[in-house]
Amino acid sequence: MSQQIPGLPDMTYIDREKRTFLDQIYFWEITRGILITTKHFFRNMAKWLTFRKGGVVILYPEEMRPDYSQNNRGRHILVQRSDGSPRCVACKMCATNCPAECITIVAEESDDSNIQKRPKVFEIDVSRCIFCGFCVEACPVDAIRMAPTTEELAGYNRFRMIYDKKTLMTWKPTVNDDVVHGYNP
Amino acid sequence: MPEQTIPATYKIEEVKKRREILELPIAGPGDQPIKVNIGPSHPAMHGTIKMIAELVGESIVNIDVEPGFLHRGFEKMMEDHNYVTALPYTDRLNYVSAMINNFGYAETIEKLFGIEVTERCAWLRTLFAELSRVTDHYTCQAAICSEIGAMTPFLYLMQARDYIWEHLNWASGARQTYSYARIGGLARDIPDGWLGKLKEILDSNIPLLKDIHGLMDRNRIFLDRTQGVGEISKEDAINAGITGPFLRSTGIDYDVRKAMPYHKYAEVDWEVPVGKYGDNYDRWFVRMREIEESLKICYQCIERIPSGPLNVDAFQAHLPDKAEVYDNIEGLINHFKIIIDGPKPPKGSIYHCVEGSNGELGFFLVSDGSGHAYRLHVRAPSLMIMGQLDKIIIGHQLADIIPIFGTVNMVGGECDR
Repeated sequence: MSQQIPGLPDMTYIDREKRTFLDQIYFWEITRGILITTKHFFRNMAKWLTFRKGGVVILYPEEMRPDYSQNNRGRHILVQRSDGSPRCVACKMCATNCPAECITIVAEESDDSNIQKRPKVFEIDVSRCIFCGFCVEACPVDAIRMAPTTEELAGYNRFRMIYDKKTLMTWKPTVNDDVVHGYNP
Repeated sequence: MPEQTIPATYKIEEVKKRREILELPIAGPGDQPIKVNIGPSHPAMHGTIKMIAELVGESIVNIDVEPGFLHRGFEKMMEDHNYVTALPYTDRLNYVSAMINNFGYAETIEKLFGIEVTERCAWLRTLFAELSRVTDHYTCQAAICSEIGAMTPFLYLMQARDYIWEHLNWASGARQTYSYARIGGLARDIPDGWLGKLKEILDSNIPLLKDIHGLMDRNRIFLDRTQGVGEISKEDAINAGITGPFLRSTGIDYDVRKAMPYHKYAEVDWEVPVGKYGDNYDRWFVRMREIEESLKICYQCIERIPSGPLNVDAFQAHLPDKAEVYDNIEGLINHFKIIIDGPKPPKGSIYHCVEGSNGELGFFLVSDGSGHAYRLHVRAPSLMIMGQLDKIIIGHQLADIIPIFGTVNMVGGECDR
């Protein structure tokens, strides 16, 4: 026999033949139920009146949640170099590892002699994306990350949900290029 | 009044056993029972299930249960994607307890590779699997409550479930579709202080469970709707291949976690709750008790998770560390090889099963030595129940379909795959 969790009474099995008189008249159990729900009501009202827990419903996408988990896999970010060009080298690892096959990359020759390739087109179809974070894991140069927030992920039109390179490069890096931002295993 | 005839195809003996119906008038045209279509898109049919019920009065004389409306070609997808990229698809099997599917799938491939996960990983997997089971049972119990008419416990349980899901988000990065397992470990370690916060959340669930017991346990409306409704015998349940809480409600203590222990279930202290008659109430009872047992396992896991490495050192199975990839050419080559070709387990076939929240969730994998599965079959526990559901429902009244269907807890994603 294993131990019980303290504070939690073991649930009693109510055999159908052995219901008591109090079970058979509705009144007593219903009163007890109302007492329990009333207790919850007053506790929630006391919390709400003292601003300890606000409304639990948010009106997405007009409102944003302030308390997203720091590890949440939200919208994608293309990381930039300090000169503003994308860090991506168009190796297509993320497109290969994508289970939903929603990343499209077209490579082109780079102007910089130190860098071989750069993406001419980098598109993510957010309406197809399943937000598994596998593109972030696949990137060998840390060029794609996922922000914890989900700004502007909702849309009225499915063609507007195909994000191009410009949309994905909204994150402006600060002085330190290696600052960790968002989902990065 | 003309003499009533009921076609011999109807399982009239079953009906007679449960209810005297022959005095009831048959109201349909041509002295036939009335056909009622329920679903596929109906609030009472969780997910998408179609039921064609044939009624005499309000008694069901025949019912045809048709699953399969949520078929997405899961098994074909597994053949198309390599072992790494197929992992997010397992999230969508039983989407209420996705961790269990993740771990079951990852362990199947680990078994084929012959990889043994580290101590810390095994303990963490036990903890996450049990948390997922708690959330799944919360969802099922909440659905039963709301279907019977008790909206308040539904909201309480949903709130409790969401606190756990939000907390799992801090560890894995998603609220529901975690994709947290990897072959040979986990995607990432848990953040600092995560376990302490988890303990607080679990503690807050105990008074809530007490309230749920208080609201539902002895309420006569609830007892009348559940006791003696949807009974199934031990023999029928075993013959149909039913497992999980459904089988345990008939009084058979078969649990994969006890019968074939995986993770760390052999080392923790818990017991298998069983029911008595196999009716709706027993399924409710078994799930409620299982929540308690799962919480108990969670508390033990929190105490006993050791420190140490999370992932095994298996270069052929999972992606190397990011530091290796950035700084080391060997690591970079390994990284590219695994992403392009996928991990390549040896040739052979393997069956591995875990205890999903609805029963034995099995993965049968045939590998031909390439980076993707030659064939992967999922033994979905809900499908077995769907095969037996007509026998359970026939003879009851139309309104009894809803609590019966609530307590079997069919999850469309897993049943139809």
